[in-house]
Amino acid sequence: MLEEQKTELLSRFPDLTERKDCTYLAFNVAESQFKKVLQALRDDFGYSFLSNLTAVDWDSAENRFSVVYILFNMTSSNYVGVNVVCADSENPAIATVSDLWPAADWHEREVYDLFGITFTGHPDMRRILMWDSYPYHPLRKDFPLAGKPTDFPSDDVRERMGTTVLPAPMAGGPFTAGTGCSMHKMEPHAKDQSWNEKKTKPTAE
Amino acid sequence: MTSGSEYGYNSKVEGNVVVTKLDAAVNWVRKNSVWPMPMGLACCAIELMAVGGSRFDISRFGMEVMRFSPRQSDCMIVAGTVTYKMAEAVRRIYDQMAEPKWVIAMGACASTGGMYRSYSTLQGVDRIIPVDVYISGCPVRPEALLDGLMSLQKKIEREHSVPQLIKGRS
Ligand code: SF4
Repeated sequence: MLEEQKTELLSRFPDLTERKDCTYLAFNVAESQFKKVLQALRDDFGYSFLSNLTAVDWDSAENRFSVVYILFNMTSSNYVGVNVVCADSENPAIATVSDLWPAADWHEREVYDLFGITFTGHPDMRRILMWDSYPYHPLRKDFPLAGKPTDFPSDDVRERMGTTVLPAPMAGGPFTAGTGCSMHKMEPHAKDQSWNEKKTKPTAE
Repeated sequence: MTSGSEYGYNSKVEGNVVVTKLDAAVNWVRKNSVWPMPMGLACCAIELMAVGGSRFDISRFGMEVMRFSPRQSDCMIVAGTVTYKMAEAVRRIYDQMAEPKWVIAMGACASTGGMYRSYSTLQGVDRIIPVDVYISGCPVRPEALLDGLMSLQKKIEREHSVPQLIKGRS
Protein backbone atom coordinates (compact mmCIF):
# COMPACT_ATOMS: atom_id res chain seq x y z
CA MET A 1 0.00 0.00 0.00
CA LEU A 2 1.30 3.40 -0.92
CA GLU A 3 2.25 5.70 1.96
CA GLU A 4 -0.28 8.38 1.05
CA GLN A 5 -3.03 5.73 0.83
CA LYS A 6 -2.08 4.50 4.27
CA THR A 7 -2.15 8.02 5.69
CA GLU A 8 -5.53 8.65 4.12
CA LEU A 9 -6.93 5.37 5.45
CA LEU A 10 -5.65 6.10 8.95
CA SER A 11 -7.09 9.62 8.86
CA ARG A 12 -10.50 8.24 7.89
CA PHE A 13 -10.37 5.42 10.44
CA PRO A 14 -8.17 6.62 13.32
CA ASP A 15 -8.90 3.51 15.41
CA LEU A 16 -6.94 1.19 13.11
CA THR A 17 -3.73 -0.24 14.48
CA GLU A 18 -1.10 -1.66 12.22
CA ARG A 19 -0.06 -5.30 12.66
CA LYS A 20 3.70 -5.47 12.89
CA ASP A 21 4.36 -9.11 12.15
CA CYS A 22 2.98 -9.39 8.63
CA THR A 23 4.78 -9.71 5.29
CA TYR A 24 2.31 -7.20 3.87
CA LEU A 25 0.47 -4.28 5.42
CA ALA A 26 -2.25 -5.41 7.80
CA PHE A 27 -4.51 -3.72 10.31
CA ASN A 28 -6.39 -4.68 13.43
CA VAL A 29 -9.93 -3.44 12.96
CA ALA A 30 -12.69 -3.30 15.55
CA GLU A 31 -15.70 -5.48 14.86
CA SER A 32 -17.97 -2.40 14.91
CA GLN A 33 -16.37 -0.75 11.89
CA PHE A 34 -14.67 -3.52 9.92
CA LYS A 35 -17.29 -3.57 7.16
CA LYS A 36 -16.90 0.16 6.61
CA VAL A 37 -13.14 -0.31 6.38
CA LEU A 38 -13.49 -3.21 3.94
CA GLN A 39 -15.94 -1.25 1.81
CA ALA A 40 -13.64 1.77 1.75
CA LEU A 41 -10.69 -0.41 0.78
CA ARG A 42 -12.74 -1.97 -2.00
CA ASP A 43 -14.33 1.19 -3.40
CA ASP A 44 -11.87 4.02 -2.66
CA PHE A 45 -8.45 2.36 -2.43
CA GLY A 46 -8.66 -0.17 -5.26
CA TYR A 47 -8.47 -3.33 -3.15
CA SER A 48 -11.33 -4.86 -5.07
CA PHE A 49 -10.32 -8.51 -4.98
CA LEU A 50 -11.03 -10.63 -1.92
CA SER A 51 -8.02 -12.88 -2.07
CA ASN A 52 -8.60 -14.85 1.09
CA LEU A 53 -10.99 -15.07 4.00
CA THR A 54 -10.06 -17.26 6.90
CA ALA A 55 -9.94 -17.40 10.68
CA VAL A 56 -7.46 -18.07 13.45
CA ASP A 57 -8.09 -19.97 16.66
CA TRP A 58 -5.80 -18.47 19.34
CA ASP A 59 -6.66 -21.33 21.69
CA SER A 60 -6.55 -20.04 25.27
CA ALA A 61 -6.32 -16.33 24.44
CA GLU A 62 -9.03 -14.17 25.91
CA ASN A 63 -10.60 -13.48 22.55
CA ARG A 64 -10.19 -16.87 21.00
CA PHE A 65 -11.20 -16.31 17.39
CA SER A 66 -10.22 -13.70 14.85
CA VAL A 67 -11.32 -13.51 11.23
CA VAL A 68 -8.79 -12.49 8.60
CA TYR A 69 -9.55 -10.81 5.27
CA ILE A 70 -6.81 -10.44 2.69
CA LEU A 71 -7.51 -8.05 -0.17
CA PHE A 72 -5.58 -7.59 -3.38
CA ASN A 73 -5.16 -4.48 -5.49
CA MET A 74 -5.16 -5.41 -9.17
CA THR A 75 -3.48 -2.18 -10.34
CA SER A 76 -0.69 -1.77 -7.80
CA SER A 77 -0.33 -5.55 -7.21
CA ASN A 78 -0.20 -5.56 -3.47
CA TYR A 79 -2.10 -6.93 -0.55
CA VAL A 80 -3.66 -5.55 2.56
CA GLY A 81 -4.82 -7.64 5.49
CA VAL A 82 -7.67 -6.90 7.84
CA ASN A 83 -7.83 -8.72 11.16
CA VAL A 84 -11.06 -8.68 13.16
CA VAL A 85 -11.34 -10.16 16.64
CA CYS A 86 -14.58 -11.93 17.55
CA ALA A 87 -15.83 -10.61 20.88
CA ASP A 88 -17.65 -13.80 21.86
CA SER A 89 -15.42 -16.86 22.22
CA GLU A 90 -18.26 -19.22 23.14
CA ASN A 91 -20.53 -18.60 20.16
CA PRO A 92 -18.36 -16.55 17.81
CA ALA A 93 -20.28 -14.53 15.26
CA ILE A 94 -19.43 -11.75 12.85
CA ALA A 95 -21.22 -9.91 10.04
CA THR A 96 -21.02 -11.41 6.57
CA VAL A 97 -19.14 -9.71 3.73
CA SER A 98 -20.89 -11.76 1.06
CA ASP A 99 -22.86 -8.61 0.17
CA LEU A 100 -19.57 -6.84 -0.66
CA TRP A 101 -17.93 -9.82 -2.40
CA PRO A 102 -20.23 -12.63 -3.58
CA ALA A 103 -17.13 -14.86 -3.53
CA ALA A 104 -17.10 -14.60 0.26
CA ASP A 105 -20.16 -16.84 0.39
CA TRP A 106 -18.31 -20.17 0.21
CA HIS A 107 -15.29 -18.89 2.15
CA GLU A 108 -17.56 -17.99 5.04
CA ARG A 109 -19.27 -21.34 4.86
CA GLU A 110 -15.87 -23.01 5.08
CA VAL A 111 -14.88 -20.90 8.09
CA TYR A 112 -18.22 -21.73 9.69
CA ASP A 113 -17.71 -25.44 8.98
CA LEU A 114 -14.17 -25.69 10.29
CA PHE A 115 -14.09 -23.04 13.04
CA GLY A 116 -17.74 -22.69 14.02
CA ILE A 117 -17.86 -18.93 13.48
CA THR A 118 -21.33 -17.84 12.40
CA PHE A 119 -21.63 -15.10 9.79
CA THR A 120 -24.73 -13.06 10.47
CA GLY A 121 -26.65 -12.02 7.38
CA HIS A 122 -25.13 -14.79 5.28
CA PRO A 123 -27.65 -16.08 2.70
CA ASP A 124 -26.96 -19.78 3.24
CA MET A 125 -25.11 -20.53 6.48
CA ARG A 126 -24.54 -24.28 6.12
CA ARG A 127 -21.50 -26.51 6.32
CA ILE A 128 -19.63 -26.82 3.06
CA LEU A 129 -17.05 -29.60 3.55
CA MET A 130 -18.21 -31.83 6.37
CA TRP A 131 -21.68 -33.34 6.23
CA ASP A 132 -24.58 -31.42 7.71
CA SER A 133 -25.05 -33.52 10.85
CA TYR A 134 -21.35 -33.47 11.80
CA PRO A 135 -21.17 -32.20 15.37
CA TYR A 136 -17.63 -30.72 15.54
CA HIS A 137 -15.55 -27.94 14.00
CA PRO A 138 -12.30 -29.66 13.03
CA LEU A 139 -9.88 -26.73 12.74
CA ARG A 140 -10.42 -25.62 16.32
CA LYS A 141 -7.37 -26.12 18.45
CA ASP A 142 -9.14 -28.48 20.85
CA PHE A 143 -10.06 -30.89 18.04
CA PRO A 144 -7.58 -33.74 17.51
CA LEU A 145 -6.33 -34.34 13.96
CA ALA A 146 -7.39 -37.98 14.20
CA GLY A 147 -10.98 -36.89 14.73
CA LYS A 148 -13.58 -37.87 17.28
CA PRO A 149 -16.00 -40.79 17.09
CA THR A 150 -19.42 -39.84 15.79
CA ASP A 151 -22.24 -41.22 13.67
CA PHE A 152 -21.79 -42.17 10.03
CA PRO A 153 -23.45 -39.60 7.73
CA SER A 154 -26.21 -41.80 6.35
CA ASP A 155 -28.53 -43.80 8.57
CA ASP A 156 -29.24 -46.71 6.22
CA VAL A 157 -25.57 -47.44 5.50
CA ARG A 158 -24.81 -47.22 9.21
CA GLU A 159 -27.60 -49.69 9.99
CA ARG A 160 -26.59 -52.21 7.34
CA MET A 161 -22.81 -52.02 7.63
CA GLY A 162 -22.39 -50.95 11.25
CA THR A 163 -19.93 -48.31 10.10
CA THR A 164 -19.17 -45.40 12.40
CA VAL A 165 -16.80 -42.48 12.16
CA LEU A 166 -13.73 -43.51 14.16
CA PRO A 167 -10.59 -41.56 15.08
CA ALA A 168 -7.94 -42.35 12.48
CA PRO A 169 -4.88 -44.23 13.73
CA MET A 170 -2.06 -41.69 13.82
CA ALA A 171 1.71 -42.06 14.26
CA GLY A 172 2.36 -45.62 15.26
CA GLY A 173 -0.65 -46.65 13.20
CA PRO A 174 -0.56 -49.64 10.91
CA PHE A 175 0.56 -47.70 7.88
CA THR A 176 4.02 -46.28 7.29
CA ALA A 177 6.48 -45.13 4.69
CA GLY A 178 10.19 -45.89 4.90
CA THR A 179 12.86 -43.20 5.07
CA GLY A 180 16.48 -43.34 4.06
CA CYS A 181 16.02 -46.54 2.11
CA SER A 182 15.76 -47.34 -1.56
CA MET A 183 12.85 -45.92 -3.53
CA HIS A 184 10.80 -49.09 -3.69
CA LYS A 185 10.84 -49.44 0.10
CA MET A 186 9.62 -45.87 0.58
CA GLU A 187 6.21 -46.80 -0.85
CA PRO A 188 3.64 -46.48 1.93
CA HIS A 189 3.04 -49.96 3.29
CA ALA A 190 1.46 -51.82 6.16
CA LYS A 191 3.88 -51.99 9.07
CA ASP A 192 2.09 -54.39 11.32
CA GLN A 193 -1.29 -55.85 10.57
CA SER A 194 -1.85 -57.64 13.86
CA TRP A 195 -3.77 -54.61 15.11
CA ASN A 196 -5.92 -51.84 13.65
CA GLU A 197 -8.62 -49.45 14.78
CA LYS A 198 -10.85 -52.36 15.79
CA LYS A 199 -8.29 -54.73 17.33
CA THR A 200 -6.19 -53.15 20.07
CA LYS A 201 -2.44 -53.09 19.83
CA PRO A 202 -0.84 -56.04 21.63
CA THR A 203 1.35 -54.92 24.53
CA ALA A 204 4.97 -55.97 24.84
CA GLU A 205 4.38 -58.48 27.63
CA MET B 1 -10.39 -80.47 -16.72
CA THR B 2 -9.52 -78.09 -13.93
CA SER B 3 -7.86 -74.96 -15.22
CA GLY B 4 -10.21 -72.28 -16.43
CA SER B 5 -8.05 -71.43 -19.38
CA GLU B 6 -8.95 -74.75 -21.00
CA TYR B 7 -12.47 -73.54 -21.59
CA GLY B 8 -11.44 -70.59 -23.70
CA TYR B 9 -12.26 -70.21 -27.33
CA ASN B 10 -10.40 -72.75 -29.38
CA SER B 11 -10.60 -72.65 -33.15
CA LYS B 12 -9.75 -76.35 -33.38
CA VAL B 13 -13.04 -77.34 -31.84
CA GLU B 14 -15.15 -74.73 -33.60
CA GLY B 15 -18.31 -76.31 -34.93
CA ASN B 16 -17.74 -79.42 -32.82
CA VAL B 17 -18.96 -80.32 -29.39
CA VAL B 18 -17.32 -78.76 -26.32
CA VAL B 19 -17.68 -80.58 -23.04
CA THR B 20 -17.40 -78.37 -19.98
CA LYS B 21 -18.90 -77.57 -16.62
CA LEU B 22 -21.66 -74.99 -16.54
CA ASP B 23 -19.81 -73.11 -13.80
CA ALA B 24 -16.73 -72.87 -15.96
CA ALA B 25 -18.66 -71.68 -18.99
CA VAL B 26 -20.51 -68.99 -17.03
CA ASN B 27 -17.32 -67.85 -15.33
CA TRP B 28 -15.48 -67.73 -18.65
CA VAL B 29 -18.17 -65.44 -20.03
CA ARG B 30 -18.16 -63.25 -16.94
CA LYS B 31 -14.44 -62.85 -16.56
CA ASN B 32 -13.83 -61.79 -20.12
CA SER B 33 -16.41 -59.04 -20.21
CA VAL B 34 -16.04 -57.20 -16.93
CA TRP B 35 -17.58 -53.75 -17.28
CA PRO B 36 -15.82 -51.45 -14.83
CA MET B 37 -17.48 -48.62 -12.99
CA PRO B 38 -14.73 -45.99 -12.63
CA MET B 39 -15.24 -44.60 -9.13
CA GLY B 40 -12.50 -42.00 -9.57
CA LEU B 41 -12.20 -39.94 -6.38
CA ALA B 42 -8.64 -38.60 -6.32
CA CYS B 43 -5.22 -38.85 -7.93
CA CYS B 44 -5.40 -42.63 -8.52
CA ALA B 45 -8.15 -41.91 -11.03
CA ILE B 46 -5.51 -40.37 -13.30
CA GLU B 47 -3.72 -43.71 -13.41
CA LEU B 48 -7.05 -45.37 -14.06
CA MET B 49 -7.45 -43.11 -17.09
CA ALA B 50 -3.98 -44.10 -18.24
CA VAL B 51 -5.05 -47.72 -18.05
CA GLY B 52 -7.98 -46.86 -20.30
CA GLY B 53 -5.70 -45.16 -22.82
CA SER B 54 -3.84 -46.79 -25.67
CA ARG B 55 -0.49 -47.17 -23.96
CA PHE B 56 -1.63 -49.58 -21.24
CA ASP B 57 -4.88 -50.54 -22.95
CA ILE B 58 -7.33 -52.20 -20.59
CA SER B 59 -9.21 -53.57 -23.60
CA ARG B 60 -6.64 -56.32 -23.97
CA PHE B 61 -8.44 -57.93 -21.03
CA GLY B 62 -11.97 -57.39 -22.26
CA MET B 63 -12.59 -54.63 -19.72
CA GLU B 64 -12.56 -51.48 -21.80
CA VAL B 65 -16.28 -50.82 -21.51
CA MET B 66 -16.10 -48.27 -18.68
CA ARG B 67 -19.59 -47.26 -17.78
CA PHE B 68 -20.48 -44.25 -15.68
CA SER B 69 -23.83 -45.77 -14.86
CA PRO B 70 -23.90 -48.29 -12.01
CA ARG B 71 -26.76 -50.13 -13.73
CA GLN B 72 -24.50 -51.10 -16.60
CA SER B 73 -21.34 -52.06 -14.76
CA ASP B 74 -20.28 -55.02 -12.66
CA CYS B 75 -16.87 -54.08 -11.24
CA MET B 76 -16.44 -50.94 -9.21
CA ILE B 77 -12.86 -49.66 -9.26
CA VAL B 78 -12.57 -47.37 -6.23
CA ALA B 79 -9.69 -45.14 -7.32
CA GLY B 80 -8.85 -42.57 -4.71
CA THR B 81 -9.51 -41.17 -1.26
CA VAL B 82 -12.91 -41.98 0.17
CA THR B 83 -14.07 -39.33 2.61
CA TYR B 84 -16.84 -40.05 5.06
CA LYS B 85 -19.04 -37.64 3.16
CA MET B 86 -18.40 -39.44 -0.13
CA ALA B 87 -18.69 -42.89 1.46
CA GLU B 88 -22.45 -42.64 1.44
CA ALA B 89 -22.50 -42.02 -2.32
CA VAL B 90 -20.01 -44.85 -2.94
CA ARG B 91 -22.22 -47.28 -1.02
CA ARG B 92 -25.34 -46.13 -2.86
CA ILE B 93 -23.69 -46.55 -6.25
CA TYR B 94 -22.54 -50.00 -5.19
CA ASP B 95 -26.09 -50.86 -4.15
CA GLN B 96 -27.37 -49.83 -7.57
CA MET B 97 -25.02 -52.12 -9.47
CA ALA B 98 -26.61 -55.35 -10.70
CA GLU B 99 -25.37 -58.72 -9.42
CA PRO B 100 -22.89 -60.26 -9.93
CA LYS B 101 -20.57 -57.42 -8.92
CA TRP B 102 -17.02 -57.05 -7.74
CA VAL B 103 -15.00 -54.27 -6.14
CA ILE B 104 -11.35 -53.33 -6.60
CA ALA B 105 -9.79 -51.04 -3.97
CA MET B 106 -7.19 -49.21 -6.03
CA GLY B 107 -4.33 -47.67 -4.08
CA ALA B 108 -3.41 -46.98 -0.49
CA CYS B 109 -6.28 -44.56 0.09
CA ALA B 110 -9.08 -46.83 -1.00
CA SER B 111 -7.52 -49.82 0.76
CA THR B 112 -6.59 -48.27 4.12
CA GLY B 113 -7.11 -44.53 4.09
CA GLY B 114 -3.53 -44.12 2.93
CA MET B 115 -1.66 -41.08 4.09
CA TYR B 116 -4.91 -39.37 5.07
CA ARG B 117 -4.91 -40.23 8.74
CA SER B 118 -7.46 -37.60 9.51
CA TYR B 119 -10.92 -36.89 10.82
CA SER B 120 -12.49 -36.69 7.38
CA THR B 121 -11.26 -39.83 5.64
CA LEU B 122 -12.78 -43.30 5.71
CA GLN B 123 -9.93 -45.62 6.71
CA GLY B 124 -10.44 -48.18 3.96
CA VAL B 125 -13.41 -48.61 1.64
CA ASP B 126 -13.87 -52.17 2.94
CA ARG B 127 -15.63 -50.64 5.92
CA ILE B 128 -18.63 -49.92 3.71
CA ILE B 129 -18.46 -52.33 0.76
CA PRO B 130 -16.98 -55.82 0.29
CA VAL B 131 -13.67 -55.61 -1.57
CA ASP B 132 -12.40 -58.41 -3.84
CA VAL B 133 -8.96 -57.12 -4.80
CA TYR B 134 -6.71 -54.63 -2.99
CA ILE B 135 -3.96 -52.99 -5.02
CA SER B 136 -1.03 -51.33 -3.24
CA GLY B 137 0.66 -48.18 -4.45
CA CYS B 138 0.35 -44.44 -4.17
CA PRO B 139 -0.55 -44.01 -6.92
CA VAL B 140 -1.07 -47.44 -8.30
CA ARG B 141 0.95 -47.94 -11.46
CA PRO B 142 -1.15 -48.87 -14.49
CA GLU B 143 0.62 -52.23 -14.66
CA ALA B 144 -0.38 -52.89 -11.06
CA LEU B 145 -3.99 -52.13 -11.86
CA LEU B 146 -3.89 -54.48 -14.84
CA ASP B 147 -2.37 -57.11 -12.56
CA GLY B 148 -5.19 -56.49 -10.10
CA LEU B 149 -7.75 -56.89 -12.85
CA MET B 150 -6.14 -60.17 -13.88
CA SER B 151 -6.26 -61.30 -10.23
CA LEU B 152 -9.94 -60.45 -10.26
CA GLN B 153 -10.39 -62.53 -13.41
CA LYS B 154 -8.70 -65.46 -11.68
CA LYS B 155 -11.02 -64.98 -8.73
CA ILE B 156 -14.09 -64.90 -10.97
CA GLU B 157 -12.89 -68.11 -12.59
CA ARG B 158 -13.02 -69.94 -9.27
CA GLU B 159 -16.51 -68.83 -8.26
CA HIS B 160 -19.46 -71.20 -7.97
CA SER B 161 -21.64 -69.13 -10.20
CA VAL B 162 -24.41 -71.61 -11.08
CA PRO B 163 -25.70 -72.11 -7.52
CA GLN B 164 -25.80 -68.30 -7.26
CA LEU B 165 -27.74 -68.07 -10.50
CA ILE B 166 -30.26 -70.66 -9.32
CA LYS B 167 -30.67 -69.20 -5.85
CA GLY B 168 -30.81 -65.66 -7.09
CA ARG B 169 -28.83 -63.30 -4.92
CA SER B 170 -26.18 -65.15 -2.98
S1 SF4 C 1 -3.30 -43.77 -3.00
FE1 SF4 C 1 -2.01 -41.97 -3.40
S2 SF4 C 1 -2.28 -41.53 -5.58
FE2 SF4 C 1 -3.98 -42.87 -4.92
S3 SF4 C 1 -5.65 -41.50 -4.36
FE3 SF4 C 1 -4.48 -41.93 -2.51
S4 SF4 C 1 -2.99 -40.25 -2.36
FE4 SF4 C 1 -3.77 -40.28 -4.46
